Amino acid sequence: MYNKKVMEHFTKPRFFGKIENPDVIGTAGNPRCGDLLTLYLKIDKKGKTIKDIKFETLGCAAAIAASDMICELALGKTLKQAIKINFQDVSNELGVLPPLKIHCAQLVTEALRDAINNYPPKADRQK
Amino acid sequence: MKQQRIYFDYAATTPLDAEVLKKMMPYFKDKYGNPSSLHKFGREVSAAIDEAREKVANFLGCKPVEIIFTGSATESDNLAIRGLIKALKRKKRTGQTLHIITSSVEHKAVLETCKDLEKQGSRVTYLPVGPDGLINIDDLEAEITPETDLVSIMYANNEMGAIQPIKKIAKLIAKSNKFEEHLTYFHIDAVQAANWLDCNVKELGVDFLTLSAHKIYGPKGVGILYAKEGTPIYSLITGGDQEWNLRAGTENVAGIVGMGEAINQIKNEKLKIKNKIEELKDKLAADVLIRIPGSKINGPDNSEDRLPNVVNFSFEGIEGEALVLSLDQEGIATSTGSACTSQALTPSHVLMAMGLSDLEAHSSLRVSLGKYTTEQEVNYFLKILPGVIDRLRKISGR
Repeated sequence: MYNKKVMEHFTKPRFFGKIENPDVIGTAGNPRCGDLLTLYLKIDKKGKTIKDIKFETLGCAAAIAASDMICELALGKTLKQAIKINFQDVSNELGVLPPLKIHCAQLVTEALRDAINNYPPKADRQK
Repeated sequence: MKQQRIYFDYAATTPLDAEVLKKMMPYFKDKYGNPSSLHKFGREVSAAIDEAREKVANFLGCKPVEIIFTGSATESDNLAIRGLIKALKRKKRTGQTLHIITSSVEHKAVLETCKDLEKQGSRVTYLPVGPDGLINIDDLEAEITPETDLVSIMYANNEMGAIQPIKKIAKLIAKSNKFEEHLTYFHIDAVQAANWLDCNVKELGVDFLTLSAHKIYGPKGVGILYAKEGTPIYSLITGGDQEWNLRAGTENVAGIVGMGEAINQIKNEKLKIKNKIEELKDKLAADVLIRIPGSKINGPDNSEDRLPNVVNFSFEGIEGEALVLSLDQEGIATSTGSACTSQALTPSHVLMAMGLSDLEAHSSLRVSLGKYTTEQEVNYFLKILPGVIDRLRKISGR
């Protein structure tokens, strides 16, 4: 059902866990479909680049693999670049997800966009 | 070290028994006649089918003429339900609605068939179940009317092992049939029950009963429908006059022979293995609850209300598919009610009907044991599971 790459990111995810004192958090998912995920982000002092990112995901193998992939794709990118990552990017990087699992790729991009949208503007950050 | 390969999914299918395979072998090559042919080639295989039919009839306590071989238990369920409805429709005046009562925890073979008949104008009542997965006989009493045509209830549930009160249901139906010209017929899907429970159709009081070969160490591709003599039923597959004109198509001879032998094996082994499997399952269930915090069992509390070989767990902070795949990586085969591969993305209708929350249903794991299960396998599972759960909980942060 899953290819080697998906299984690799599912069995050995590099980015799972929590960041203490994250600069911003993004969430996505609903209990009905069984996937709930949280992304924790650290942003550099200038407020531009994602310098650390981790995930916590309750979900199927595809959801866990996609969570790991979105972290890999977002790390080191500016917020402007990161918000443009879409579900096809995530799915393609994983060697294409099965059709029924595409929603997992959508879910993780949703969570990243939620985080970026939650990141306060400069004036508010300095308070 | 060679990786373990442990099969804990006997409720999905069972391995083929060696004796059964041996009995089937001649019918793949040497005995290739068509049972409908008049010559010796045909006669030797039709005799083999007769023999298998007798073994099945003997197991169910019925006449051979009441046994229909089909291509699967799903087909048998369809033949019973649709075949009866088809026959009754021809009898009834047009415009009269037919009434079916079933339960909300049926196998999809029954549930989807009922839903389809609903679309075609039948009225279907879906009985609820309690948190233990059992129907309440009072609910049936409230829903059954003199006009009810069919009650279809599974004997034992495939996901969590609940054994429905079949004899009580039969008594209730018999009571309702007593003074009426109109009869209510009773079908049970006994696929999961066959290895463990009494399947004598007279004692159970049923009109139709479904069995599957591949759940009793027989081959895939063979089902059985018992249909009581005189019960209205129409063929769904038309063609030749095989299987009493109720299931056209040249017989799956090797499969049918295998079914006969598989049934024979149950009779021999039933008592011998039941206690052993139940002991292993109880040990597994109790140890999981002790070793894994945030775990619970879904299904009936009383051991007489559940199958001896099936246990269904929910684990907080875990998603079932991820758990099944992780256990598979360790060589252990299990299954889950988290149908996140289904189009709807909604979890098991059975667990939801029992009142589990979405997350609980998504976190379910079914472990089903069988006659080849060993204590060593159970111990290996108990050793591996905590680490797997721990890893997934770290990933989920829950």
